[in-house]
Amino acid sequence: MLKGFWKLTWVEIKIFVREPMGLLGSVGVPVILFLLLGRVFTSGSGASISSATLERPAIFASIFIAIGAVTSLTAIISIYREGGILKRLRATPLSPVTILGAHVMVKLMLTVVSLTLLLLAGKRSYPGAFDVNLLSFSLALLLSTVSIVSIGFVIASIVPTARFSQPIASAILFPMLAISGLFFPIDALPSAWQMFASALPVTHAVSLLRGIWAGAAWSQHFVDVGALVLNFALCSALSAKVFRWE
Amino acid sequence: MPSAAVIEVSNLRKAYGSTVAVDDVSFGVFEGEIFGLIGSNGAGKTTTMECVEGIRKPDRGAISVLGVDPRRDARALQDRVGIQLQEAQLQKRIKVWEAMDLWASLYPRNVDTDALVERLGLSDKRNSWFMTLSGGQKQRLFIALALIHDPEVVFLDELTTGLDPQARHAIWALVTDIQDRDKTVFLTTHLMEEAERLCNRVAIIEHGRMIEMGSPAALVKKHCPQRAVVFSCDREGVSELLERVPGVEAVSREGTTHRVSGTGEDFVTEIIRFVSVETLRVSDFQTVMPTLEDVFLKLTGHGIRD
Repeated sequence: MLKGFWKLTWVEIKIFVREPMGLLGSVGVPVILFLLLGRVFTSGSGASISSATLERPAIFASIFIAIGAVTSLTAIISIYREGGILKRLRATPLSPVTILGAHVMVKLMLTVVSLTLLLLAGKRSYPGAFDVNLLSFSLALLLSTVSIVSIGFVIASIVPTARFSQPIASAILFPMLAISGLFFPIDALPSAWQMFASALPVTHAVSLLRGIWAGAAWSQHFVDVGALVLNFALCSALSAKVFRWE
Repeated sequence: MPSAAVIEVSNLRKAYGSTVAVDDVSFGVFEGEIFGLIGSNGAGKTTTMECVEGIRKPDRGAISVLGVDPRRDARALQDRVGIQLQEAQLQKRIKVWEAMDLWASLYPRNVDTDALVERLGLSDKRNSWFMTLSGGQKQRLFIALALIHDPEVVFLDELTTGLDPQARHAIWALVTDIQDRDKTVFLTTHLMEEAERLCNRVAIIEHGRMIEMGSPAALVKKHCPQRAVVFSCDREGVSELLERVPGVEAVSREGTTHRVSGTGEDFVTEIIRFVSVETLRVSDFQTVMPTLEDVFLKLTGHGIRD
């Protein structure tokens, strides 16, 4: 059914790697961010650096990876549409799902690479402080990325030009991030805002990542998982309706 | 030439909002021919072609390609037609061989891609990024991608727009080559010279409506039967004598250069006989035949607008 999926994914990976700045931005910057923040948060805590001390830098850098994947995907889709690349691909037996799916796959693979590098750098800088279930954490980040990427699809579907789509994506995602509980507890928000924040996928992504980092079981976060899956389903359905190929 | 219709379009209509792009267009394309849709930019050529390709949904009308409705059975058709889109792009950093390889993997049947790359003169560009190719090379790659699965019908939309004359001639040779391989070619162009050289038949489209259809030669004969002879001769009084030659309709003179126009099969022969009988010393003699461009001008009242 998904004829050409892996070949297209592989070609898109190669194309992405051929743009060194894009690669540096999406893979290198989160690691640097994590190390810088790690230094800030661990200063003064002496020898007693634990995974709890590193929670904030790790979650922040991880969310940064996910958001980066989304803005970059939004831009790529817009550029492909503007340049007529989507139209050309569509005039082949490639199905629309295959084309978009391959792009999501590329972003997920990059997410895994970024996260792996980040964790390796963390292990090296803070030996002994990583008593976190890394597989669970990676899965949590992948789920978060897929869910937030679906918002990117809706943006890419509606915003007409490439130059405009990236700022729009930032303008939508960063406020979501601001009230997601990443920077300050959601409890500190007025109650109306708390309700609003709890309806946003980024909030659930932060909550899930934080919980898994702290060693919580997935069952304790079924609301977050459910919200992320629901968001993915809704946004995918919406973008399938409004997506434009040219 | 065999005459089974591989493409049949009847009463096609397509509007974008309140703008009617194509209105009541009907035509057929026969097996093995090169059929051209010609007209100015914005006349409705690409819209018509994209409806036939199944990319756009017509508002009204019936389309059949190889006996199949391109909207309903798009998948069945994909393996049998090759498409080159107007102003298409590929990923900037995709390599030529990667594009060929990707496309080849999408179809059940492929031609020998190495031979195809060779035939289109892209062998030394196999490892080049798409963005580094020249306009002509990009178009040749798109032709290669359209031919990779050995289709029966090939769609070429504004194939040579923006190319320099040399690249254009190279592409024309490739299109003729496609026909020589027993394929049917349906193309659009706003270049009358291109249409006249390549097409067995053309349809002229203007403001979304088809205004004429036929072979370029037949259209010229029908709409512009007049031809002209231009020659240089310094003897006085020749103009007056020329007006009495059978078939002559107009004579004009500029310095020693005479321009005589007229109609009829024997018009040119009559002029030659006149030159011979009068024993004129002619330093220059030229027959000017009307072209498809003249037909287009006459039918639309304007030249091609870019």
